[in-house]
Amino acid sequence: MLIPVLIGMSLIVFFLIRAIPGDPAQIILGQQASEEAVAQLRDTLGLDEPWYVQYFIYMKDLLTGDLGNSIRTHAPISEEIWPYFAATLELSMFAMIIAVVIGVNAGIISAWFQNSWFDYVAMLGALIGVSMPIFWLGLMEQWAFAVEWRLFPTSGRESILNPVESITNLYVIDTIIQGRFDQLQMVLRHLTLPGVALATIPMAIIARMTRSSMLEVMRSDYIRTARAKGLRMFWVVYKHSLKNAFIPVLTVIGLQMGLLLGGAILTETIFSWPGIGRYIYDAIGFRDYPVIQSGILVIALVFVTINLLVDLLYAAIDPRIKYQ
Amino acid sequence: MMKKGFLLALTFIMLLSTALVGCNSNSDSGDGDGDNKEQALVFGRGGDSVALDPAIVTDGESFKVIKNLYDTLVEYGEQDTEINPSLAEDWKVSDDGLTYTFMLREGVKFHNGEEFNAEAVVKNFERWMTSGDSGKFAYYASMFGGFKGDEGHVIKSVEAKDDMTVVFTLNRPQAPFLKNLAMTPFSIAAPGEWDKLETEPVGTGPFKFVDWKRNDRITLEKNENYWKEGLPKLDKVIFRAIPDNSNRLNALKTGEIHLMDGVNPSDVEEIKQNEDLQAFFRPSMNVGYLGFNTEMEPFNDKKVRQALNHAVDKESLIKAFYEGQAEPAKNPMPPVIAGYNEEIDAYPFDLEKAKQLLAEAGYPDGFKTELWAMPVPRPYMPDGKKAAEAIAANFEKIGVEAEIVSYEWGTYLEKAQKGEAPMFLLGWTGDNGDADNFLYTLLDKDTIGSNNYSRFSNDELHKILVEAQSTPDQDKRAELYKEAQVILHEEAPWVPLVHSEPALAGVKTIEGFKPHPTGSDKLTNVSFK
Repeated sequence: MLIPVLIGMSLIVFFLIRAIPGDPAQIILGQQASEEAVAQLRDTLGLDEPWYVQYFIYMKDLLTGDLGNSIRTHAPISEEIWPYFAATLELSMFAMIIAVVIGVNAGIISAWFQNSWFDYVAMLGALIGVSMPIFWLGLMEQWAFAVEWRLFPTSGRESILNPVESITNLYVIDTIIQGRFDQLQMVLRHLTLPGVALATIPMAIIARMTRSSMLEVMRSDYIRTARAKGLRMFWVVYKHSLKNAFIPVLTVIGLQMGLLLGGAILTETIFSWPGIGRYIYDAIGFRDYPVIQSGILVIALVFVTINLLVDLLYAAIDPRIKYQ
Repeated sequence: MMKKGFLLALTFIMLLSTALVGCNSNSDSGDGDGDNKEQALVFGRGGDSVALDPAIVTDGESFKVIKNLYDTLVEYGEQDTEINPSLAEDWKVSDDGLTYTFMLREGVKFHNGEEFNAEAVVKNFERWMTSGDSGKFAYYASMFGGFKGDEGHVIKSVEAKDDMTVVFTLNRPQAPFLKNLAMTPFSIAAPGEWDKLETEPVGTGPFKFVDWKRNDRITLEKNENYWKEGLPKLDKVIFRAIPDNSNRLNALKTGEIHLMDGVNPSDVEEIKQNEDLQAFFRPSMNVGYLGFNTEMEPFNDKKVRQALNHAVDKESLIKAFYEGQAEPAKNPMPPVIAGYNEEIDAYPFDLEKAKQLLAEAGYPDGFKTELWAMPVPRPYMPDGKKAAEAIAANFEKIGVEAEIVSYEWGTYLEKAQKGEAPMFLLGWTGDNGDADNFLYTLLDKDTIGSNNYSRFSNDELHKILVEAQSTPDQDKRAELYKEAQVILHEEAPWVPLVHSEPALAGVKTIEGFKPHPTGSDKLTNVSFK
């Protein structure tokens, strides 16, 4: 399943980006460049070869684990991509944790206390959450929490005069390994605003999904029995109901995680987060073909992997779901 | 009761968990604002550099950093493009303009400890001249007419006469030669480090390279052995990429950065009123214009072009989109450039006159066309689409219906270059402060297919511009350029719109920052109060 999806993906991306008008050589050299310079650079970059030849060269390199070199920086992408990817991964994980913790709990409470004030407020919040433009939300957050109240920094991953010494490039982990808890706090503060901005939509979707899924489960006989037996409510919710209500929620979480990874571009731009979304976005501006195709391929790979993990988790949660 | 208690408790826990992440001392927010015992300046800008090898890059973001790492043989004035000594203390030019002898500064060292000398200069030029790779050394090829062996190549040889004397022999006189040498791409790098320069630059400049986190920041530290006594004043400079303009301004307000470029014109008023901030204005070395494709009907008719020149209200454009930070243009180059023709009278905004000219050209009822608007803000054009709408509204009053068209930036340039745009907004920021870099580069018939987007071809103009290129006498050159501007005014291949003064902003405590017209600033004299 994995391989054909990725090959298909690579084909689509490869040809689509070449269909964008705009010549990389021209863009790299800018308005200032002469025609000969552009022609020469095209030649150096191998852009004069027919498309299918370029694709086969690309695939051949890919099989040996070579993602190619960036047209713009000349650096091998396989070396260059990890810090960006790690930055996005950290941000998405953080956002996902916020989204799941708050979303799932809000959904449960809303379901349990259906039609209470909490339910109304939470669902209205969810409605606003899904429809809020991230760009606007991000700037509002900055204005309120960073500029006015000075609670959080406006941008970046770390304090520039107190930079983290990166080992894994996941700064939360790096600072913990190094025992630098002052820096951990600094890193978490940098994560908060973009994390919340990024978490808003999945949080809202997860809350709604959990709520409806819980409502369905709670109407079932065995929960009614459990409640009738006088089991502690906490137990009923978190053990009996949630376990069954969680499968559709898990699907949503998996999907959202993939979307977060690929869709962090806006958040990364507003909060100048040096992640993979911006890496690819900048590459598009420069028509840096190898970076665009490899970047998207890596995201696709993660997307497919997450879906696989979700499928495996289904089976773990509900043994009735098994794969042949 | 219990039900309600549980609900409240959960709500409380949720609120607490969100608040906890953010709850802590706000005393240490505003990263690095501190008391600046170590004078560290964080410069916020829109994008990251491409590479730090001066000779191979062409983008402004790279030059901003490079300018602080390297020196050139001669340098521009603090806020103009006059030529001053730098690595060369003095120079002599032969009468025929073919031999330049540079006396180099003694005791200058590269960041790696190597001596700077004549040999180093020769090696740098050899590297560029002999490469023959115009894709790699694009600026060299375009400023010095190609490479060794090419027909138009300007430099015949570069030789070290002794340890501290370099002699340049030219194939033909090139009037802007010294101005070209002062350009950042021709910075002198430590020989033998060529392969590393892209990511580990070694120059003689006021700051040394420390490290680079791609798409995030580049850190430089003070060069303790800098040849300018007592300089630089800063201990550290960090260039940070923050793509969004509003976001960058927010970071400035919180003290995460201390200086920024790319200020939205609409934010300038707010900056001026904020008592913690100050605004700077970069002296204009640009032109924003509306170009006509002079090969395409009806713009191949001079009268049509003149008519449209009468139909653009530049003052209102400046008021509406530049917040007053620009002056109306009447020539294709800004007044700071030597040879600017003061005497030309701009086409007045006069719709009646415009209609009359259109009628004379055979379009009494006007015509339909396209007006291309650039999709990205540029220093000379903060909002292309809105400016296009305003211009189109004026054109409509004389019967010219212009449909506004826009493409993604790269595509836009490419299509316009191929001559697909009937009318288009574009602009230019000068490279070396010379008239040649505006008039010849943008409007000579030789540059059709590259920067002459109007595809304007005029033999008389061509003769003047080529003559000016090889006239060493600066006064005579100025006269030639003035003549050229008269022709351009009459032929009207463009509507020159504005020369803008892009705004920068910084914290109040910054001293000694003088933005340079070229768009990249040497931070040697900058310090905090």
